[in-house]
Formats: sequence, C-alpha cells, structure tokens
Amino acid sequence: MHYESSIREPLIIGDKTYHDITVEVARPVETSAPRSWWIVFSISLFAFLWGVGCILYTIGTGIGVWGLNKTVGWAWDITNFVWWVGIGHAGTLISAVLLLFRQKWRMSINRSAEAMTIFSVIQAALFPGIHMGRIWLAYFVFPIPNQFGPLWVNFNSPLLWDVFAISTYFTVSLVFWYTGLIPDFAMLRDRAVRPVQKHIYSILSFGWGGTAKSWQRFEEVSLVLAGLATPLVLSVHTIVSMDFATSVIPGWHTTIFPPYFVAGAIFSGFAMVQTLLIIMRKMFKMEHYITIQHIELMNIIIMVTGSIVGIAYITELFIAWYSGVEYEQYAFLNRATGPYWWAYWSMMTCNVISPQVMWFKKVRTSLIASFVISIIVNIGMWFERFVIIVTSLHRDYLPSSWTMFSPTFVDIGIFIGTIGFFFVLFLLYARTFPVIAQAELKTILKSSSEKYKKLHTKYEHSHSDAH
Amino acid sequence: MNFTLSPRLKNIGIVLLVVGIISLMYSFFMADYGHHAGHDSTHEAVHAAGHEDHSAHNRPWAALMVNTFFFLAIALGSLFFLAIQYAAQAGWSAGIKRVMESIAGFLPIPAAVMFIIVIAGVVLHKHHIWHWTAEGISDPNHPNYDAIIAGKTAYLNTPFFLIRTTVYLIGWYMFFYFLKKNSIIGESSGNWEWWKKNWRISAGFLVFFAITSSTSAWDWIMSIDTHWFSTLFGWYVFATMFVTAVTVLTLVVLYLKAENYLEWVNENHLHDLGKFMFAFSIFWTYLWFSQYMLIWYSNIPEEVTYFMPRYTIYKLPFLTMLALNFVFPILVIMSRTAKRIGGFIVIAGVSILVGHWLDVFNMIMPGTVGENYGFGIAEIGIFLGYVGAFILVVGRNLAKAPLLMKNHPMLIESKHHHI
Repeated sequence: MHYESSIREPLIIGDKTYHDITVEVARPVETSAPRSWWIVFSISLFAFLWGVGCILYTIGTGIGVWGLNKTVGWAWDITNFVWWVGIGHAGTLISAVLLLFRQKWRMSINRSAEAMTIFSVIQAALFPGIHMGRIWLAYFVFPIPNQFGPLWVNFNSPLLWDVFAISTYFTVSLVFWYTGLIPDFAMLRDRAVRPVQKHIYSILSFGWGGTAKSWQRFEEVSLVLAGLATPLVLSVHTIVSMDFATSVIPGWHTTIFPPYFVAGAIFSGFAMVQTLLIIMRKMFKMEHYITIQHIELMNIIIMVTGSIVGIAYITELFIAWYSGVEYEQYAFLNRATGPYWWAYWSMMTCNVISPQVMWFKKVRTSLIASFVISIIVNIGMWFERFVIIVTSLHRDYLPSSWTMFSPTFVDIGIFIGTIGFFFVLFLLYARTFPVIAQAELKTILKSSSEKYKKLHTKYEHSHSDAH
Repeated sequence: MNFTLSPRLKNIGIVLLVVGIISLMYSFFMADYGHHAGHDSTHEAVHAAGHEDHSAHNRPWAALMVNTFFFLAIALGSLFFLAIQYAAQAGWSAGIKRVMESIAGFLPIPAAVMFIIVIAGVVLHKHHIWHWTAEGISDPNHPNYDAIIAGKTAYLNTPFFLIRTTVYLIGWYMFFYFLKKNSIIGESSGNWEWWKKNWRISAGFLVFFAITSSTSAWDWIMSIDTHWFSTLFGWYVFATMFVTAVTVLTLVVLYLKAENYLEWVNENHLHDLGKFMFAFSIFWTYLWFSQYMLIWYSNIPEEVTYFMPRYTIYKLPFLTMLALNFVFPILVIMSRTAKRIGGFIVIAGVSILVGHWLDVFNMIMPGTVGENYGFGIAEIGIFLGYVGAFILVVGRNLAKAPLLMKNHPMLIESKHHHI
C-alpha cells in the first residue's frame, strides 16, 4: 500500500468512513438547494440573459456595435477569448499533470476544476463565433473540401490552428471529465429513491457495475487520457500565444510568448478554481475534504506561476531595451508610460506583486486573503491580455492613425454575460453532479485521512526503531 | 552504507583527466603557433579568402567553454532538481537525494573554469568569444564602432559582466553549501528540523535561480551573438540544463545500482527518473520549436540571422541534435516498460547527453569560430578530461557521506514508492 509520511498534513479531516464520504458528496444532489445558491443563481441568470441580449444585438446589427475601430481591430473580443481559454487550463493541469505526478491532494478538487475548464472553454469559444459577424457561416473555420464553396481555410494562419487546438482540448477534457464521473454517477444512481432520478443517473453512468475489470479499465483509460491531456495543457495556450507571436507587431512578436502564456493560463486557472472552491466548500459544507491545506497548495501554485509570469514581463521589458530595435522599445515604453499606463500597472500589481504575499503562511492559509487574491489575479490576467492586445495596436507604425479604444455597452454586456453563463453552468453542475470525485477520494482514505494518519505515526516510530 | 570508488574507475578517471589536460594544452599551443606551420588548413583557407577574424584563435577557448558550460549545466541542473525535491516536499526521491547532492558538488570545478574564461575574455582579452569585448566597439570614432552594440553597453560592459558572473557562481555555490551542510547535520540529529531548513533554503535558491539561470544564459551565451536577441533564450538554456542533469543523475543511479549500492532504489524510482527524462526531452523540444518557429515565421532579418549559419554551415550538428534530443528519446522511452529497464534508459540517456552537448556546441560555436568548427582534439579531449574530473570528484563526494539520508522524513514513503 502507498505509505504517507507523518510530516504531511492529512487530506481528509475528521473521523471519516467510506460511507461518510458517499453521504456528504451526494448531499448537495439529494437535498434542496440552500438559499445562497438561489441568490447567486438568480444574479448569474440575469447577467447571462443580458449577455444573450447583447449577443443577439451584435448578430442582428453587426460588429460595428462594438468599440472597435480601424486601428484597434481586436480588443475586448479577443481579450475575453484568451482570458477564458486561460482560465480553462487549471482543470486539465490538476486532473492530468497532477495525476501523472501522483499528487493525492488533487482528488478533492479535480472534479470541479475540470467542470470549470469545460464551462470556461465554452465561454471562450463564443467570442470567435460572434466576431465572425455572420455566425451562420461559422462552419467555414473547418477545412471543408473545395467543392463545398469558394473558400478554403488558410493553414498558415494560427487562428486556424486555434480551431484545432481548442476543439481537441475541449473534446479530451470532456471525455476525461466524463470518464471520471461514471462511477460517481453510479453511486448517485444506487442511492436515488425517485424513479426519474434513478433512471437519469442510470443512463449517465453507462450501466457501471463496479467489477474489478471495470476498475482496471477505468484506471487504464484515466492514465491514457492524462497522457493525452498533458501535452494539450501546453499546446492550447501555446497556439493562442502564436495568434500574436507569429506576427511582426512590436510587443506581440516575442519568442517567450508560448511558455509564458501557458504559465499565465495556469496562474489564472488556479485563481478561478480558488474562487469557486472557497465558495463551494462553504455553501455545501465540504470543509473536511477541501481543506485549508488544499487552499494553501493552490496558493503556492498561484504564487509560483505568478512569479514565472513576472519574470517573463521583466524579460520582455529588458530584451526590448537590449534588442536596440526602436519599435520594440517604443512598444514597451508606451505600455508602461503611455495613455494605457493604468492598465499596464494594474496588470503588474495584480499579477506580479499581489501573489508575493503568499510567501507568508498566515496569508496563504487565510480564506479571506486567498479569496481576495484569487479575484485580484483574475482581474490582473484580464488586464494582461488587454495590455498586450490594445497597447500594441492602438499606436501602430502609422502615427496618423493612432487612436484609443473604448468599449461600448455591448462589449461590456457580452463580457458580463459570459461571466453569468459560466456561473449558471457551474451552479447547475454543483447541484446535479457529484462535486468531489468520491470514488477516487476513497482510495486515499487509509493513507491520508486524519484518523488513519494517527495510526501510521505510531507505525512509523516502531518502523524506524527497527532499523 | 558508504560508497567507495573502485580502483578501476578511479584509474579511468585519472587517465581521462590527464588526456583532457594534455588536449587542452595541445590545442592552445596549436592555436597560438600551429597555424604558422600550416597545420590548420581551414584557417589558412579563411586567411586566403581575406577574412581577418578570430575564429582559429578562439577555437580552443570555445571548445573549453562548450564543455565547461555543459558540465556546469549538469552540476547546476542537479542542484536545481535537488532544491525542487525539498521545495515540493517530494517523497519518491528521498533515497537518491544524496546522489543529486554529490553531482551538484561538482559545481566548483566548471564554475572556476567559467570564471577563468570570463576573466581571460573580458579582462585579459586572450580570446574573442564575446564580440562586444572588441576594442573601440562603442566608440563612434573607432573603426570597430558598432551602433547596435554601443546601445547595449549599459548591460554589456566589463565591470558589470564580471560582477554578474561572480554573483551567479558564488550565489549558486552558497546555496549548495548550505543544503549540503544541513543534510549532513540531519544524519546525526534526532528531528526533522534540518529538512525544514533545507526546504526554506531551497525556496530561496529557486527564486535566485529563476532569475540567474536566465541572465547567465544571456550573459555567457546569448551575448556571443551580440546583435541577436530572443526573450525565450534563458528558458531554452534552462531546459537543456535540466534534461541533461536528470539524465546524468539517472545514469549515475544505474551505475550505483549495478555496483550493488542503493538497494532501496528499484524500478519504480527508475520509472520516475525515466519520466523526467522523457517529459523534459519533450519540453526542451517544445521550447526549441517555439523559438525556432516564431523566428522562422516572422522572418525578421535581425532575428533570423541566428538560425542562418546554424541551418547552413552547422546543418549537420543542428539536425543531428534534434534527432538525438527528441526523436530518439521519444521512440525509446515512451512506454512504461522501457522506463523500468536500465538498458533502454541507458540508450536514451546516451542519446540525450550527446544531443545536448551538440546543443551547447551549436549555441556557442557559430558566433565564436564560425565555419572553422570541427570535432577535434580540443572539443573531444577537453570533454574526456571533464568526464575524468567528474568521475573523481563525484566519486569522492559520494564516498564522503552515507548514500542514504537515514533521517529523512520521506524515507519510508520513498521505500514504499510504487507506481
């Protein structure tokens, strides 16, 4: 059996049994929603509907209703797109990379992180769709044979690579998430008392029987999918970064973009997981499973990835000077001191400086501080994309066309709408899905729960005496 | 149980070290006097074509630099890996930490040689590895004046360069010194305080290393091609460093296993090391591709100059390196079974080491010796000398402390490791 050192904190707090885990994970599905759920859900639904209205207005009228102009042809749309895709990275990192690294602490958080991934990729995919203007021609992004029409996709364009990267990512993440859900749906099915519910969960669980062979297949497919998903974690944001870096625009064309975008994506993704889980553990009383230690570890990842992003910012700034290329130098000078200085310094403060407080254990184990910083980080990461995109465009090679960008109510409405949509999906998920991967969590009960660790400590002492 | 270096290996180490020192002296002698006697035909050809350049003179220095950086990467990469084990509170690796520590203990030797190369280049002007050290290069009235390089003198100037090199080398060594000191204290202490201290020291090292690994790569290597710049360069060099170090670590662990040491290390630990070799070979390729593709795609003259000689004059080492660093490891150690068998790991490991040596070669040679490159006595001989020194020093380091950190909080976890 896997043995865990007594120096490690327990991952399950209290005197839990297998049955306790079952009951407590199933509780949000089996009981009626708390009042707080209804409040948050109503607000999200309202924001979502407002967003739907703005999207319909855009499609009906045209892209002209956005704040774009001839110089700044890309602004909130692509900023929001990159922001949402970035957020979607944490789920796969937690479920795939941490699985390969055998990190047991991932087990209480992976289900919700993966759900978040899927919901945020849905938000991201919306933006290129509506930016096309004629959304009914959206299928033109796929390489359809020539005889279908006069258009053929441009394989040299990183925007096309994005189509493949993101659709692959979405598919693999969905399959991965669903595979993990099967035994847990079966658990809900077996406990369901009302026939309709039982029937639904029985369909969803694909007739899972829980035989030894099923489990063997289950573990094998999890590993294979983790292996597939790991390069995807890197590839998706790499391709997104290439949307910019393959160009010759100062501030966009820089070789550090691929790994730096990936680090930034994991950074913002973990911040969003943190935001959601701090609310969820409270709302559904999951404090024994999503412990302060889980929050602390996520905070450390936020701090590390934030620092990596910080090093990338400084590197870009330094190399822009070092390169001796005046356009590069101006692009960065303009970012830091130009009319968008406030956006640049918001980005720096939120992304580089704020996570550094996590060096203090008091801060990274405080719920309030973690929650506040997770929100600050996501604001900062939104600004990062805005800074990269708009400051490089608004003062281009032709000073006569220099201008500013200001969003219209439609830009803002669509963005708020996606936040609403995201929360609507997440809240519905939280009420109908097992929000903790209980089958997996049960596998670490005897190695990592508080109760069993106490027994191990005794063993460890006798064990080391024998040596 | 303590390690003792077998007399046979010790003799091999001594012979290689002597071969290295003789090669070093011979190649410096030939570079200074040899071409007058017509030994260096390539150089004559370059001369005949009217090129007044430093390439033949640079060659032994560049060869020394390639090997020095390669072995510095091994030692420093091991130190980084060791620090990661502490900082991440890793359990599986407790039984091989002493091996990492011993390899990291090789650090002073390449560090000292690197310091000599830097002094010889920027203070004594004995070689011309860094083009920005040329006389009058930032003086507008001098025939050597170069406006682009002149714009970089705030960073690339002798005093600052010396200070930076000193800070890197001493800083890295200090972190190593304290990590090692605490782990020795841990042998005789009854608690885990030493481990907690090392955890904190490691976090400090990782911050220091995160900055200095990039800046040292800019200083020592990127500034060779002084005009050229790439924001990714520091991380790319880091990837080379890390995958090389993990591979050397794995091979040393396999050697120790073959000599019946480390009985607590089994195929599960080997599997994990193999995963690191595999994953970081791909990671290196990812960074290589990111840098190459973005520069190729944009096709900006200032940037593609870097890959032009590498894809023409250096085409063979350039493409060979890609095959050895990516294609070969991916084919050999993709499967779970292969990662758990020493033979496969050795085959992939040798490929990775040769490949990354070539990678360092490709980073340093084009800007220092140009088309005057080769794999002669200087390159191969100095490499062998370093291998000899590595065997002797790491062998001694391994012998000095017990191979097992018996008072490590993760020890039982490591012994029970099963994947």
